[in-house]
Amino acid sequence: MKYLEAIRLAQAELLAEDKRVFIYGQDIAGPFGGAFKATKGLSERFPERVLNSPISEDAMTAIAIGAAMDGLRPIVEFQFADFASVAFNQLVNHAGTIYYRTGLPCPIVARLPAGGTPGGGPFHCQMPEAWVSHHPGLVVVAPATVADAYFMLKDAVACRDPVVFIEHKYLYYHLEAEFDPRTAEHPGLGRAVVRRPGEDLTIVAWSGMVHHALAAAAELDANHGISAEVVDLRCVRPLDSETILASLSRTGRIIIASEGWPVGGPGAEVAALVAERGFTYLDAPPVRLAAQDTPIPFHPDLFAAHHPDDQAIVQAALDLAKF
Amino acid sequence: MSDSALRIKLFKTMVLARTLDDRMAKLKAQGEVAGSAFLGRGQEAFSGAAGIRLRPGDVFAPLIRDQAGRLAFGESLLDVTRTVLGRRTGPMRGRDGNVHRGDWPAGRLPMISHLGAMVGTVVGTLLARRIAGRQQAGDLNVGVAAIGDGGMNTGALHEALNAAAVERLPLILLVADNQYAYSTSTDRTFACKHLVERAVGYGMAGHRCDGTDADACLDTVGEAIAAARAGKGPQMVVADLLRLAGHGTHDDASYVAEDVKSRFGDCLQLHERTLTQQGILDVAAIAAMRDEARTQVEAAVEQARAEPQPDPAAEEWMARSERDLVNLRAP
Ligand SMILES: Cc1ncc(C[n+]2csc(CCOP(=O)(O)OP(=O)(O)O)c2C)c(N)n1
Ligand SMILES: [Mg+2]
Repeated sequence: MKYLEAIRLAQAELLAEDKRVFIYGQDIAGPFGGAFKATKGLSERFPERVLNSPISEDAMTAIAIGAAMDGLRPIVEFQFADFASVAFNQLVNHAGTIYYRTGLPCPIVARLPAGGTPGGGPFHCQMPEAWVSHHPGLVVVAPATVADAYFMLKDAVACRDPVVFIEHKYLYYHLEAEFDPRTAEHPGLGRAVVRRPGEDLTIVAWSGMVHHALAAAAELDANHGISAEVVDLRCVRPLDSETILASLSRTGRIIIASEGWPVGGPGAEVAALVAERGFTYLDAPPVRLAAQDTPIPFHPDLFAAHHPDDQAIVQAALDLAKF
Repeated sequence: MSDSALRIKLFKTMVLARTLDDRMAKLKAQGEVAGSAFLGRGQEAFSGAAGIRLRPGDVFAPLIRDQAGRLAFGESLLDVTRTVLGRRTGPMRGRDGNVHRGDWPAGRLPMISHLGAMVGTVVGTLLARRIAGRQQAGDLNVGVAAIGDGGMNTGALHEALNAAAVERLPLILLVADNQYAYSTSTDRTFACKHLVERAVGYGMAGHRCDGTDADACLDTVGEAIAAARAGKGPQMVVADLLRLAGHGTHDDASYVAEDVKSRFGDCLQLHERTLTQQGILDVAAIAAMRDEARTQVEAAVEQARAEPQPDPAAEEWMARSERDLVNLRAP
C-alpha cells in the first residue's frame, strides 16, 4: 500500500463507518478524485458526503467548523498546504478557540498536502507546521509512514479537537509498505516513536524528514560505526516530550532535522525542551538542521540545496560525535 | 470594429503566444522543465486584447493563462524561456519559475499562486498613483487583473473589488470563464446565471464578451479600459471561452464534457478565418507570421539553454533586503 492509498483507504472506511464524516475540498469529487487522487472513487460511493468546494479556503474551513459544531466530523482537503494560509484566520482564531471559549469541541480535520517537490517553487512546497503549531487550540500531526497515514487520519477524525493533518506530497507515491489495518498495532495520536534504536545519538524528525534521518542512520551505522536512534515525532503539537527526553537520556546527543524553516516551529521547540528539561543528559549542544531561511526556490538545484538531506544529517552526526 | 492594424496586431500576438506555449509544453515533454507548464491555449484572444489595449504606465497582473496578454504588454520571449528553464539570467533568477514571473518596473506584477491575491495589489498600485498625484484626470493609467471562474470565489477577490469600487479606481477585472476550475465545472463553483451579474453587487460596470471572438474581445475590453481611463471607476469584463488544454501539462483534461467542447471554437482559428475571409490577411502572410514566431521562439529557447543555471553554492540565501537591522535607524 502506498502512503496516498492509506489516506484514501482511511477516508473510505471513515465514510462507510461513520455517517457524520464528510469531505470537502477543491476538485475532490468525480472521477478526478483530487489534485493528488486522495479521494478517488469516494464521491461515487458517497455522493452526499464528498463534495467539491469552490476555491474559497476561508469558507471551506468556516463551513467545516459549522458542520462540526452541528455534530458532523468534517475533513477539509486543501489542494496544497500553502493555500491553507488563506484559511489561517478560521483555523487559529476560530477552530482553535472554540473549546476554550465555550467548552464545546470542534472536531474538524484539515488535510494539508505539504512538503517540497523539485520545481514546485515558493507556493507549492511549504511545510506549514510552524504556522499552526503556535496556536494552543490546534493539534498538529505529520505522519511519516504508510501505517501512520492510515491510523493517524482515523485517530484525527476521532479526536474532538481540530487537527491539522500534514501529509507529505513526496511520500504520496514514493513510500510503500505492507501492513494489515485490522491487526497492526499503532501508537496513540500524540505519541512519538523510536523508528530505529541506537546508542550514540538521537535524530529527531517528522514527516518526510524521517526518511532522510533513517537513511542517514543506516549510513552512519554501515560506514562510520555510529549508532543513531531515530525518533519520529508524528505529532508536532503537542510534543511527546517524554519519548524525546527518554531517547536523549540514552544517547546524550541530539540532532533535530526539519524540512521547514529554522525560526520557530517544532525544531525550535524540541531544542528548547532539551535545553530546559534535558540539560543534564546532554554531552554536546543540540544541533538543529533546517531549511535555508528563504522562500523555497523553483530551480531543482537550488531546491535540493534548500533543505537538509541524508548527507547533511550524516555530516552533522559526524561533527556531533567528535564533540 | 477596431482598425485592421490592431486586429492584425492581436492576431500576431495570438500566434506568437500559441507558438511559445506549444514550445514550452514540448520542453516540458522533453524533460527540460521542472514542475508543470501552464498554457493559455484558447484564451489568447481575450488575454491578448487586454495587453494590446494597455499602454506604458499601466499595470497588469496576469495569471497562468495570460501568455498573450503578457507578450502584448511588453514581456520578452527571453523573460519567458529563461524563467521556464530556471536560468539565472531571467527576471526570477531560478528562484521562482514558470508563470510566476513579472517585471514590476515595466508594470507587470509577478503573481503569487494564491488566487485572488493579486487583485488587491493592483488596487494598491492604483491608489498609490492617485495619492502621489501621478494620475491625470480623464486619462488615467489603469490596472488590469486577470482571474478565472474559479478564482472569482476567493474571499481575497471579493474584498479587493469592493475596495476598488469604494475608491472608484481604474481597475479592470478580466474574468476568463473557461468553464472549469481545474477539474471542477462552473455548476459546482457559482450559482448566479452569469458571472457578470456580480459586477452590480460590487458597484462596478459589467461587460460580457465571447472570448472566442477576437474582434469582440478587442472591442469589449477596449471599451472597459477606455471607461476606466476616463474615470468611470472599476470595470468587470467576463469572457465566455474554453480552456483548450489541461490545467497544466500534467493534466489530460479527460473530465471536460463533450457537449461543452462542442460549444466553443478556437479563438486563433476563428480569427484567422475572419481575417482571411475579409481579405485583411492572406494565407502567405499568415504562414510568414507563423514562421517568424517559430524562429523567434526557437532563438529564445536556444539562448536561454546556453545560459547558466543558478549555483546553489553561490546562492545568497537571504530573504530580506535589509542586512544590518541592528544598526538600522531612520535618517
Ligand atoms: C487560494 C488558492 N486555492 C487553490 C489554488 C490551487 N489552484 C490553482 S489553479 C486552480 C483552478 C483555477 O481555476 P480558475 O480560476 O477557473 O482558472 P483557470 O485555471 O481555469 O484558468 C486551483 C484550485 C490556488 N492557486 N489558490
Ligand atoms: Mg477556469
